[in-house]
Amino acid sequence: MSDKAIIQINAMTKVYDLGQVKVHALNGVDIDIREGSYVALMGPSGSGKSTLLNILGCLDRPTAGSYRLGGEDVSAMSDRQLSNIRGQRIGFIFQSYNLIPQLNVVENIHVPLFYQGKDIRTCYDHCARLAAKVGLSDRLDHRPMQLSGGQQQRVAVARSLVNNPLMVLADEPTGNLDSTTGEEILALLDELHADGRTIIIVTHDPKVAMRAQRVIHMKDGVVDREDFKTAPERVAAQSGHSGLLFKMILPGSLGPNVSPYGAGTTGAETEAS
Amino acid sequence: MNGFSLLRIVQLGFKSLRLHKLRSGLTMLGMVIGVWAVITLVAIGEGASHDAQEAIKRLGAHNILIRSIEPTEEKTGGSSTRNFVSEYGISYHDASRIQATIPGLKRVLPEMLQRRTVFFDRFQQDCQIIGTYPFYPDFTKAQIVRGRFLSEFDDLHRNNVCVLTESLAAKLFAHQDPLESQVRVEEQYFRVIGLIREMSDVGQRPQGGEQEGRPMDSNVYIPLTTLRARFGEMDMDLRAGSFKLERVELSQLRLEFASIDLVEPAIPLIRAAMDKDRKKKDYELIVPLNILNAIKEQRARDTRMLLYIACISLLVGGIGIMNIMLATVTERTREIGVRRALGATRTDIVLQFLIETLILCLIGGLTGVAGGCAFAWAREYFFHLTTIITEWSVVAAFGLSLAVGLVFGLYPARRAAALDPIEALRHS
Ligand SMILES: Nc1ncnc2c1ncn2[C@@H]1O[C@H](COP(=O)(O)OP(=O)(O)OP(=O)(O)O)[C@@H](O)[C@H]1O
Ligand SMILES: [Mg+2]
Repeated sequence: MSDKAIIQINAMTKVYDLGQVKVHALNGVDIDIREGSYVALMGPSGSGKSTLLNILGCLDRPTAGSYRLGGEDVSAMSDRQLSNIRGQRIGFIFQSYNLIPQLNVVENIHVPLFYQGKDIRTCYDHCARLAAKVGLSDRLDHRPMQLSGGQQQRVAVARSLVNNPLMVLADEPTGNLDSTTGEEILALLDELHADGRTIIIVTHDPKVAMRAQRVIHMKDGVVDREDFKTAPERVAAQSGHSGLLFKMILPGSLGPNVSPYGAGTTGAETEAS
Repeated sequence: MNGFSLLRIVQLGFKSLRLHKLRSGLTMLGMVIGVWAVITLVAIGEGASHDAQEAIKRLGAHNILIRSIEPTEEKTGGSSTRNFVSEYGISYHDASRIQATIPGLKRVLPEMLQRRTVFFDRFQQDCQIIGTYPFYPDFTKAQIVRGRFLSEFDDLHRNNVCVLTESLAAKLFAHQDPLESQVRVEEQYFRVIGLIREMSDVGQRPQGGEQEGRPMDSNVYIPLTTLRARFGEMDMDLRAGSFKLERVELSQLRLEFASIDLVEPAIPLIRAAMDKDRKKKDYELIVPLNILNAIKEQRARDTRMLLYIACISLLVGGIGIMNIMLATVTERTREIGVRRALGATRTDIVLQFLIETLILCLIGGLTGVAGGCAFAWAREYFFHLTTIITEWSVVAAFGLSLAVGLVFGLYPARRAAALDPIEALRHS
């Protein structure tokens, strides 16, 4: 765990101008998130969780306020620079999986690398290993349509890791899944966290939030309150076996030596291992 | 953007297009038909103009043809009652005057044509008796297939010898060798001394209503002197119940000039020579050089026209493609959002959709080229119609289809890229 703040947000607002009304989705948010931490965003519907997460993921720009990601001021960046940041530093997991229908499992996992100019032939093994890691080694050439929701979300998890990102952002990743399948996905996230990645997850489920070190409660576009959990609480929250099982299948495979690319982009990895 | 990613984007394009095979196929169809139409139409037009030009060339750009025609007033003015015998056309007098007065003239070939029936054994065949000079084949580029053509000697002695066109001989002689056989025309017997193959040529082609339906390749060539002596200048037309006699001294006169430059200036002189002592207009001048130029001009016009049609059809194809691509962009907004979230720049997205459009156009264009060429080939092979595929039409059609793809693909592609990543992701 590093003390370095990977995310620094100051007085951030987001206003949607709908003509007659202005929707203040974010109303002055200040958050610092340390590298390697596991953060859950909670709050009632419409409180601005997704809005915040999208801005954190450089998918959206704030109306006002500053956002520093890894020390760099993101709000001043061009579209191309933001694309590069998304492609190299951030992994996304969406509620609705968002796989590309015409591509098979390996190809879907490969997409972020594709936009970094890396040929699938040279990193096929890397992608296939990730697919195996999420338990899909026998379905490498299946299309998303041929997979169940849980399997699709696992592909999405693998995809979010392929570029060895600094942080993984997940917006209700278990929202469309039954609790067992959800557990499996959450176990994967636990693994990622254990490997030193920063994880920010939006959820409505307190049980999901229990796994995080830190829970940020939002309300009407501002941070309402925060909970910091101690390690024992979190261990209790984990359903124990799944995370361990995952580790046992592929011991150490999520370590920092996995990716042949951009080794050491996250200082946290070395510290975690 | 390095070469490898471009290749990858192309592969990606194929993948996306394969996902909607029918739609991709139908979209391509517009392009296929456009390109096919350009190539086929140009090939047909080119073939026709080539045929015409060849015919004219064979007649000779050096040549002028003077042909007897029945004056119109006699045709309508009850020739069957008062003017029982219609008398018109080029006379021997005209021929000698022209030979004497026109400068630059190399040779003059007179021809007398009469419609008769030729008999051999049990067979008979309608034909054209052509009385002419020994240098006829040299002049008209007719090809001597067997034996020899008429000689000076035959002409001098008014010999009863004849040369047949190959095709007439084939109809008349089932089993015998035509050479040295005797064929009969009316009461006259002629010894066959040679077979000849005519080039298809406008000078030989039956003109107007008079000789329509008569095969132009059933000719019997005899010395002009023999024709005058045996048959005189009367020609009978026994058709559709009417009985008409015509008196024509010479059916046509072919003038050959020493060079092409002499042709134009000679035209007014020929008219002057012909119109002297002439009351009625009973001849026409055919100047192949002029026809050739006219055909060339017409061809340029036709080509321009085809190009317009081609542009329009490709435009329509292009609009179809743009329509589909816009629909595709809308349908795939989500995918665009995902790709943007995963690191795709606007340029990546523009390229992806532009390349998809270009693939459609490229394949459509290639199919059109293949289809056009196949059609042209089949037309030539099965129907023996001259069809000439010109390189420029292939290049133009193909290039245009690609240009259309670029122009009409750019807008949907840019629209796709202009989407905000988050807006695109939110799209349901
Ligand atoms: N594109 C948009 N245009 C206008 N208003 C928007 C837009 N996106 C979000 N909002 C508004 O911003 C506010 C916050 O939305 P947001 O999606 O962040 O909520 P949320 O906390 O994620 O809710 P949920 O738990 O239901 O997903 C809401 O009032 C919403 O109506
Ligand atoms: Mg939300």
